[in-house]
Amino acid sequence: MKPAIASVGLGLLAPLLIGAAKPVLVPDISARQVQISYRFAGAQLLLFGAIAYPDGRAPSQPADIAVVLRGPVQPILVREKQKIAGIWMNADSSRFRSAPSFYAVASSRPIRDLVDDRTASIYELGIHNLQLSPGGGSLPEKEQHFEAGLLDLRSRAGLYSENPHGVEINHGILYRAVMTIPGQVPVGTYTAETFLIDRGRVIAAATRDIEIDKSGFERDVWLASRRHRLAYGLASVALSLGLGWAAAIAFRRRF
Amino acid sequence: MHIYLPIAGQSVNALFIILLGFGVGLLSGMFGIGGGFLTTPLLIFYGIPAPVAVASATTQITGASVSGAMVHMRRGGVDLKMAGVMTAGGLLGSIVGAALFRVLLATGQIDLVIGFLYVLILGWIGTIMLKDALIALGLIVLQKRNEKQEPPRHNRWVASLPLRWRFYVSGLYISPVAPLAIGFAAGVLTVLLGIGGGFIIVPAMIYLLGMPARVVIGTSLAMVLAVSAATTVVHALTTRSVDIVLAALLLVGGVIGAQYGAMLALRTKPDLLRLALACIILLVGLRMLLGLAWRPDEIFSIEYL
Repeated sequence: MKPAIASVGLGLLAPLLIGAAKPVLVPDISARQVQISYRFAGAQLLLFGAIAYPDGRAPSQPADIAVVLRGPVQPILVREKQKIAGIWMNADSSRFRSAPSFYAVASSRPIRDLVDDRTASIYELGIHNLQLSPGGGSLPEKEQHFEAGLLDLRSRAGLYSENPHGVEINHGILYRAVMTIPGQVPVGTYTAETFLIDRGRVIAAATRDIEIDKSGFERDVWLASRRHRLAYGLASVALSLGLGWAAAIAFRRRF
Repeated sequence: MHIYLPIAGQSVNALFIILLGFGVGLLSGMFGIGGGFLTTPLLIFYGIPAPVAVASATTQITGASVSGAMVHMRRGGVDLKMAGVMTAGGLLGSIVGAALFRVLLATGQIDLVIGFLYVLILGWIGTIMLKDALIALGLIVLQKRNEKQEPPRHNRWVASLPLRWRFYVSGLYISPVAPLAIGFAAGVLTVLLGIGGGFIIVPAMIYLLGMPARVVIGTSLAMVLAVSAATTVVHALTTRSVDIVLAALLLVGGVIGAQYGAMLALRTKPDLLRLALACIILLVGLRMLLGLAWRPDEIFSIEYL
C-alpha cells in the first residue's frame, strides 16, 4: 500500500524533478488539526512522507531524516525555589523570550551522529540546541543553570523530547515518525519540520503547519472566561446557586 | 473518566473530583463547616494550579451555603441588616484581596502565601476541633469555670468605635465599623484562600459583637453566600481562574454530600467523627507544612508572561 502511494506521489512529482540535482521532501501529517475536546488526554501524530530523488532511486548510501515538531513560542519566566529561613520559596528567576511550548525531535539515527554541533544549533536539532533567547543582563552560568532547569522540567512533562531512533525509513525513500502530544499542550499553530541529512549536511527541508485548538464546549468556555468575564462570573454564581437550591429542594430536608 | 478542564488546562479524573466534593460536602453538612478549607488544599495536592483551585473552590462554597441559608432565612435566623453590612465589608475585602492576589502572583509568592496561611488556619481549626471532640468523648476534663463570671456583653474596642446603628434582629446598638471590618477580613481570606471564613466570622460575631446565638449561624451563612458569590465574580474579572467545569464537578458532589451530611448529623452521635475530622484537618495542615519545609519535587517552575 505504502509503496503504491509513494510511486503515485513520485509519478506526479516526476515532471517537476527533471533537471533538479537535489532530492525533494514530500512530507505529510496524519492530522492537520488537533481538537482539544473534553476527553482530550493527549494525541498521537504520524509524520510521514517520501524522499523524492532526482533519478527516482535511492542512493546506495541512504540519507537520514530528522523530524521536528514544535509548538508556538512563548515568553516565559523560570523561577527557582530556594530554602530561605527553613521554608522553600521562589527566590531567583530568569526570563526566556523564545522558548517553544512544545518541542519534539525524532531522527533515524542519533543527532550527534548526523550533524556537527554548529549545524545542529543552526537548525535547532535536539533540545540542547534550542534558541531560548534568555533575558539579557544575567551571567552565563546563571542562564545555563535556569536553562537546564527548564529543559529538565519540560522533558519530564513530555513537552520536550528527543527520540534518536524515532524515524523509520523504508527502502530509502519512505519515512515515518510517531510523535506523542501530551494532554497539557498549549493551543496554537505547530510546525512540523522535516530535514533530509546527508553526510553531515542538510540537503532538503520542508515544513507543514498543524493547528492545535480547543474545540466545542471547552473552547467556548475558555473564550467566555477571557472575553465575557462578568457574564462568565455571573454564570458560575448562577450555576452554584442553582445546584445548591436544586439539592435542597430534591432532598427537602426538615429541621 | 477523564475530563479536560478548560481553564486549568489539564485533564482530571471527573469521578475523583465529584467524590472529593461529596466528601467535603458530607463533612460540611455534618459539622456546619464551609469545607472550602479542605477543598482547596486537596485540589492543590491533586495538581490543580493554586489560583484555579482557590477560585473554583469559592464557587463551590456558594452552592454549599445555599440550602443552609434558606433554612435559617425561613426561621427568621438571619439579621439582614447585619449581613448586609458584613457583606459590604466582604466586598471591599475581596477587591483588596484580589489586588493582593495579583501582586503575589506577579512576585511568584502566591503558592507560598496560600500554603502558609493554610498551615496556620488548619492548625488552628484542627486544634480547636480536636479539643472539642476530646472533651465531648470525656477523654479530657475541662476545669470548671466560675459560671457567674460571664464575658462582658460588649467588647471594649467595639464600643469605642464612632457612629452607632441599631440592629433590631440582633438586638444590638453598635458601630457598623466592627461588622464591616469582620466582613472585610473574611472577604480577603475568601479571595486568597477559597474559604468562606465561617470559622472566623462565627466566633467574631459571638465574642466581638455580642450577637445572640440564634442569629449567628444564619447571618454568617447569608454573608458567606453573598461574599463567596461576589468573590467568584471578582475572580472571574481579575484573575480569570474560575474553572466552571471544575466548580460544577465539585458542586454536584458537594451539594448532594451536604444533604446526606445533614441527615447523618441528625441520626448519629458524631463525636468520634468529629475526632476523625480533627485528625484529617491536622494531617492536611501538617502535609502543607511539610510541603513548605521539605525540598519540593520541582525546584523550578514556569510562569507565562
